[in-house]
Amino acid sequence: MNDLVRMIPSVLMIVSPILIAAVGGMICEKAGIVNIALEGLMGIGAFTAATVHVLLESSTPLSAWIAVLAGGAVALVVSLIHAYASISLNANQVISGTGINLLAIGGTTFMSQVIFRMERTEPFKLGMMPGPGGIYPTAWVALAVVLLSWYILYRRPFGLRLRACGEHPQAAASAGIDVRRMRYLAVMASGLLGGIAGGCLVLTQTIQYTGNTINGAGFIALAAVSFGRWQPKGVAGASLLFGTAVALAIYMVNIEALRVLPSEFFSVMPYLITLVTLVAFSGKDYAPKASGLTYEKGA
Amino acid sequence: MKGTPARKTDLIDRILASDKAISILVVLLGFLCGTILVAAVGRNPAGMYTAMLQTLTGLDITRGTWNIRYVGEWLTASLPLILCGLSLAFAARTGLFNIGAEGQYIVGLTAAQFVAIYGPQIPVLHWALALLAACVAGALWGGIVGWLKARFSVSEVVATIMLNYIAFFFSRWATMQIPGANTYRTPTLPETARLTSPLLDRLFNGSRLNLGLFVALVSCLVFWFVIEKTKLGFELRATGLNRDAARYAGIGVTKSITTSMLFAGAFAGLAGAVVALGSFSYGRVLGGYDNYGFNGIAVALVGNNTAGGTLIAGLLFGMLASAQPLMQSRQIPKEVTWIISGLVVIFISLRAGFRLLSDRRAKRRTAGLKETRDE
Amino acid sequence: MRGYAIEMLNITKAFPGVIANNEVTLRVFENEVHAILGENGAGKSTLMSILFGLYDADSGTILVHGKEARIRDPNDATALGIGMVHQHFKLVHNYTVTENIILGKEPRTKTGDVDLRSAEEKVSELSVRYGLEVDPRARIETISVAMQQRVEILKILYRNAEILIFDEPTAVLTPQEVDELLDIFKRLKAEGKTIILITHKLKEIKQAADRCTVLRRGKLIGTVEVADTSEEMMAEMMVGRSVLFRTEKSPAHPGKVVLDVRNLFVRNAKGFHAVRDLSLTVHAGEILGIAGVDGNGQSELVGAITGLIPVDKGSILLSGKEMARSSIRERVEAGIGHVPEDRQRHGLVPDFRLDENLVLKSYGKAPFSKRFGILDKTAIADYGRRLIGSYDIRAGKGPATKAGSMSGGNQQKVIIAREIELSPELLVVAQPTRGLDVGAIETIHSRIIAERDKGRAVLVVSFELEEILNLCDRIAAISKGEIVGIVDGEGADEREIGAMMAGVRRPAGTERKTS
Repeated sequence: MNDLVRMIPSVLMIVSPILIAAVGGMICEKAGIVNIALEGLMGIGAFTAATVHVLLESSTPLSAWIAVLAGGAVALVVSLIHAYASISLNANQVISGTGINLLAIGGTTFMSQVIFRMERTEPFKLGMMPGPGGIYPTAWVALAVVLLSWYILYRRPFGLRLRACGEHPQAAASAGIDVRRMRYLAVMASGLLGGIAGGCLVLTQTIQYTGNTINGAGFIALAAVSFGRWQPKGVAGASLLFGTAVALAIYMVNIEALRVLPSEFFSVMPYLITLVTLVAFSGKDYAPKASGLTYEKGA
Repeated sequence: MKGTPARKTDLIDRILASDKAISILVVLLGFLCGTILVAAVGRNPAGMYTAMLQTLTGLDITRGTWNIRYVGEWLTASLPLILCGLSLAFAARTGLFNIGAEGQYIVGLTAAQFVAIYGPQIPVLHWALALLAACVAGALWGGIVGWLKARFSVSEVVATIMLNYIAFFFSRWATMQIPGANTYRTPTLPETARLTSPLLDRLFNGSRLNLGLFVALVSCLVFWFVIEKTKLGFELRATGLNRDAARYAGIGVTKSITTSMLFAGAFAGLAGAVVALGSFSYGRVLGGYDNYGFNGIAVALVGNNTAGGTLIAGLLFGMLASAQPLMQSRQIPKEVTWIISGLVVIFISLRAGFRLLSDRRAKRRTAGLKETRDE
Repeated sequence: MRGYAIEMLNITKAFPGVIANNEVTLRVFENEVHAILGENGAGKSTLMSILFGLYDADSGTILVHGKEARIRDPNDATALGIGMVHQHFKLVHNYTVTENIILGKEPRTKTGDVDLRSAEEKVSELSVRYGLEVDPRARIETISVAMQQRVEILKILYRNAEILIFDEPTAVLTPQEVDELLDIFKRLKAEGKTIILITHKLKEIKQAADRCTVLRRGKLIGTVEVADTSEEMMAEMMVGRSVLFRTEKSPAHPGKVVLDVRNLFVRNAKGFHAVRDLSLTVHAGEILGIAGVDGNGQSELVGAITGLIPVDKGSILLSGKEMARSSIRERVEAGIGHVPEDRQRHGLVPDFRLDENLVLKSYGKAPFSKRFGILDKTAIADYGRRLIGSYDIRAGKGPATKAGSMSGGNQQKVIIAREIELSPELLVVAQPTRGLDVGAIETIHSRIIAERDKGRAVLVVSFELEEILNLCDRIAAISKGEIVGIVDGEGADEREIGAMMAGVRRPAGTERKTS
């Protein structure tokens, strides 16, 4: 039992990036845009953060935070591609999102080659440091993000309008809301949060960015949005559940009793659990009604 | 209403309507962006093109040599892309997006390796059985998704991605159980299981081109025949184009979706077998993803989900992949081909938007005024 | 002299291939109820969409209260006090009544949050003032269609609309709800509002409007005082010739019972029973019509009979055979033909060729399929050519024409051709002439009557009472999922049927049945 309690900071460390990315995905879908490019955006954020941190860490103690914000900013800019394609050009959102994922894998490794002359970033000396209780500051960031998203979506006029865009964009338009603008903002938010999530991940869990750094965390975040039924509370709970599965996979090797099982068994756990919960609780009716459908202006 | 404006819209409409024209346009655009990117980071883009030329023809312009082995390598690299492209294209014709091709590829590969090690060492029969096993394994892996989607309305996007990862780890564990295997390979595969062909070896000067070439060509034919000429193809196409109408007409949608994913999985599984038995002399414990399943996305999209288009697109992307080491040796980071792929996929995703636009223009013309929109 | 609230002078609006509004001039007095009358495609919705800022006119001027105005989008229109109640409601289904009304113009608390309490108060106040009864806390998906319409009206009153445009508001209401709406118009008029009513229902114009402007094929035909003009005159202005109010048909010779529905219960998408303990019979050689307002279970009834929607309880017998649990294909094979109400969604595959659509249900059998499941494309194309000829289908590229590129009328001909050629024992037809012009309507109606004369059983479901009265030998009125009464088509009284549609049962023992 003590072992499990001692694992809590590590679990939170793993849950935080998933949760931050999931909130981004939720906001995006609530406005009506499906964003499966979260994986790629996290990768871009992680790469940028790792690169910036390596370059800055000797110059300033705030290097890690600047790096994370830089990751968010670059991912935001890249998400504009998806926004432009899906919103202004009515592209198929799943395909355009997949394109960004492909672009991200290629682009980050490409830039690594250009900047560091190898297919990964140079390892940085010290990542983000844990705070009191061994809990990384990213956990507090994640908490803040969830609370803020709930407040804005359900208490502010902006949130009321944004959610309307995802449920019935024609109704929103007839109320004078600029649906396109709302959706752009939502996609940008998911880009920003995805990039920040990637930055948090790379700076707390490893020492450098490689092609395997994100390894499905972005897709797990997407699953958390669906399992959490597109509500902040549900998404937080789902992220906790899935993140715990990932953490178990990594830390189970420390528990004697379970060493018998092959390591692949634990590696597969998070994906298996995600799949099973998706099937068992397939709640298609909870998605925002207009999510994924192209919106055409007009009568 | 005649005059210059009408003619201009005519040309635009013709281009928008022609899927082939859009595919070509998109690929050119992707190459253009790749070239600009390479130049922007200070490398010589000419290196990209000489590398590609060498890949296609075997001709090395800079050194004035010619070796047909490069052509063989190009074709070899294209085979899994063509097959994975067929996988995605088949699913797409039924209205499904098979991101799970990577996982189906892995289970096909794994199954083929097992049959290679444990199967009867009789010439031809051995690899034929291995190919069959790969088809079945891939089909099952794809069929699960189809069934989940049809029965429980589970989003196939996230489910298949999870299955990809599950397949990967499962493959590693299963392959390592083979006696004599270590953490990255199995014992050498028996000759009877391999797809090598002495004739092709001679023709292409020792390249890795193998019987998989015929597997790919036959698969293209099967794809075309099933989709265009059979009852089943009619049902799948109807389901893909208008699921509601298909259901209204009595076509079983669950059955169609599941069948489609069985075929799609089989194609991808076959791709895994072709790589395992054609390009390697031992079974692999996968260390990473071969990524043919993901690159197949670009192939199917550019090929517009047809058999012929996928063949050509597969050759195109095979060329890009095969040119990578040549590019690297010319100081060009090989990931530029990934970037071109990604851009091509994004640009093609706009095609649906173009189609919508040209459809609306056409509708306005024939039906006239659209009074109230159906929401 | 009363001033004009709205003047639209010489408005022209063209789309590629059609001139929707051709130099149309409309003048609406302050504080009057002004109807705009016209058939489908006459240009009335376009004209009002221009007024509401959804379209830009190509030429012409708009004056509001005597001052020239530029209306580029709905925001401009709202600022000028113009509001529109659309035919298809624009309400967010899982928001409350209040949230829908305040969306886009939310009252704020001091901290900038949405002030739901003061919003609810405002909504109640408006509701009482204009007699528009709503429950401010109810979610849209739980309230009736009539209440939803009141929410739409409140939406524009909340934004201080002085000029209210209603687009076909009675299409979705029962006769009783229509009366309530006309009362609301009186209330609004008393409060000084100006009302513009887009409609093709002559009766309602006579009941509610002061003046009426008639449009036909984009041109202004004239503006008349409603009190001085008869329905026949307005109809003739609308259509351009003496309108045949009844289609020619010979009397029916009904035979054995083909369709026997017993105690049917069907759930709708929300899980409630849309069809409740419904029973009816259709005989060979007769046309039975189901009259009712949209949303009373017709779609679910048709869906249950054809197999698209599962049956909860009850039985559906086709010539004595139980079909309620059969698959759609089994029903097609057994002889149930279906012309669906949504032709684009269910009836056709728009990207398929015309001939492929014609064999959509029969592709699997000879002569269209050979051994081993291979299609005979030549046979399919020949079939297409034959039916194009016999059904007079206009298709630019012959059997290869993509169904999606054809006009609505021709698409419907394709569907009718397909179903009729399968020689079904029972033909179920839903909304057969929705969105079609008068010529197409006549063709479709004569085909339906021809089927009946061949001895088939025909079930027609339509929201247009006119059509039911024209076509049907017997008429059943449906209300809230139940058959309220059945009368003979010959000599049927519209008022009686209207009452039944609203749920008023006929006194027991007076139902006229044919054996």
